[in-house]
Amino acid sequence: MRSEPVVQVQALVKRYGAKTAVNGLDLVAGAGVTAVLGPNGAGKTTTVETCEGYRKPDSGTVRVLGLDPVRQSAELRPRIGVMLQSGGVYSGARADEMLRHVAKLHAHPLDVDALVERLGLGGCGRTSYRRLSGGQQQRLALAMAVVGRPELVFLDEPTAGLDPQARRATWDLVRDLRADGVSVILTTHYMEEAEQLADDVAIIDGGKVIAQGSPEELCKGGAENTLRFTGRPGLDVGSLLKALPADCTAAELTPGGYRVAGKVDPQLLATVTSWCAQHGVMPDRISVERHTLEDVFLELTGKELRS
Amino acid sequence: MTTAGTYTPQPGAAPLPRMIAAQAALETKMLLRNGEQLLLTVVIPTLLLVLFSSVDIVDTGKGEAVDFLTPGILALAVMSTAFTGQAIATGFERRYGVLKRLAASPLPRWALMTAKTASVLVTEVLQVILLTVIAFALGWSPHGNPGAVLLLLVLGTAAFSGLGLLMAGTLKAEATLAAANLVFLLLLVGGGVVVPLEKFGPAGQHVLGLLPISALSNGLRDVLQHGAGVPWGDLGILAAWAVVALAAAGKFFRWE
Repeated sequence: MRSEPVVQVQALVKRYGAKTAVNGLDLVAGAGVTAVLGPNGAGKTTTVETCEGYRKPDSGTVRVLGLDPVRQSAELRPRIGVMLQSGGVYSGARADEMLRHVAKLHAHPLDVDALVERLGLGGCGRTSYRRLSGGQQQRLALAMAVVGRPELVFLDEPTAGLDPQARRATWDLVRDLRADGVSVILTTHYMEEAEQLADDVAIIDGGKVIAQGSPEELCKGGAENTLRFTGRPGLDVGSLLKALPADCTAAELTPGGYRVAGKVDPQLLATVTSWCAQHGVMPDRISVERHTLEDVFLELTGKELRS
Repeated sequence: MTTAGTYTPQPGAAPLPRMIAAQAALETKMLLRNGEQLLLTVVIPTLLLVLFSSVDIVDTGKGEAVDFLTPGILALAVMSTAFTGQAIATGFERRYGVLKRLAASPLPRWALMTAKTASVLVTEVLQVILLTVIAFALGWSPHGNPGAVLLLLVLGTAAFSGLGLLMAGTLKAEATLAAANLVFLLLLVGGGVVVPLEKFGPAGQHVLGLLPISALSNGLRDVLQHGAGVPWGDLGILAAWAVVALAAAGKFFRWE
């Protein structure tokens, strides 16, 4: 799902006093779902809030749906949906009341009752916002972001602190939005979330994008994947190596335990199994170990804890 | 599950009058639902009116106590809604990201402020009706020009709204809560609401007379109790407060 960029950020710099939150960030997000990943304090929220028109860039340019979020805010606001990291609702308002209100600010809103039902907010009844559970507050904020039928939705950590059921419900909604042609920019700490939902992932650290691509592309980069199998000990690894592409390695790590490292794709798997067939080897416990997004993330951003 | 196409984008802002009406209705509902706000805007003015009219606590000069008190209580009602109530509510809306979230909605900022003003005016109308009915029941006999009364109430509302928003937009929510209540109490005592300003001596009377609450209560009293014409002096004081406070609020108000 690639077309005109929905978000285009060039050389964005944003400082708060002496602290530089975003430091020359470039980001292009197309249609579909883009996940912005990064450790705490990486500049995710500042970047997203600049796109939403909340912050004025110190330098650089930001275009959202082709518009300047600060100068053309009036034109942009009806076209986007915003979910803040927290709050945004009158403490005395009830969930359906607030959602109905946001719906009234739009020309062609979604059916509020259906959305309430869909996100499991029907049980909130007459409870005021401040007495809702954290998960209910999150889901209300999500509903408020989509009720105006926007072209583009910004979700700032939409599933932080949600239980697994609520997280699935949120993911399902994001998938439905994408299927219906709504673009989504979401920030998250959860690698699984990015892998599950995103067409495109941008990893931010130190106020810059340090890697961007589809989850598959990102996982292919960095360290290589590995294929393991067990067979009888003492197979001719040299002959296996000859059958493999040049950039692969093969070794018997433990007696009968073999490892092939390299670009593991269906072709390589076929090569290994046919070599086994030729040599009368039954490759037991054959497995492909994929490099996860989390591996990539930790490789890129370091494993030490941030303050 | 939902059918395909449910979320197909169809963006657009609602017509401005509809947005403002919806926002004003919600703000009014939030205010009337809030117990502390009702205490300030309804219970305290009503209690003061009934109590001070029926029990001789303060010497209110010659004439019926209710004729002296009702204009002061009307001024207090305006202050409680436009200043204290609005400052506290807006301070917490700012604190809880309501203003921030609304800033990303199709509702323009000026429309939000218009809606807030409309909500304040609706609340004031309800207060004036309630207090007027009670005052009549207590034997109130007003005089004067309704146009002058209306002008005083509107300018008073503008002055107090400016001050309330200035406070809400610059201080922390908790500080606003404390300060708005303190100011309410001080102006209740020293603003000619239930205690005649003459009690503070000539110098005190002169200085206190420049406060917006004194200008409003004195102006209303001149018209409603003494049947005076248009009280230009008090209107001038209120207009000056309104201009300065609204300009300062416009300049210094921080949305987050």
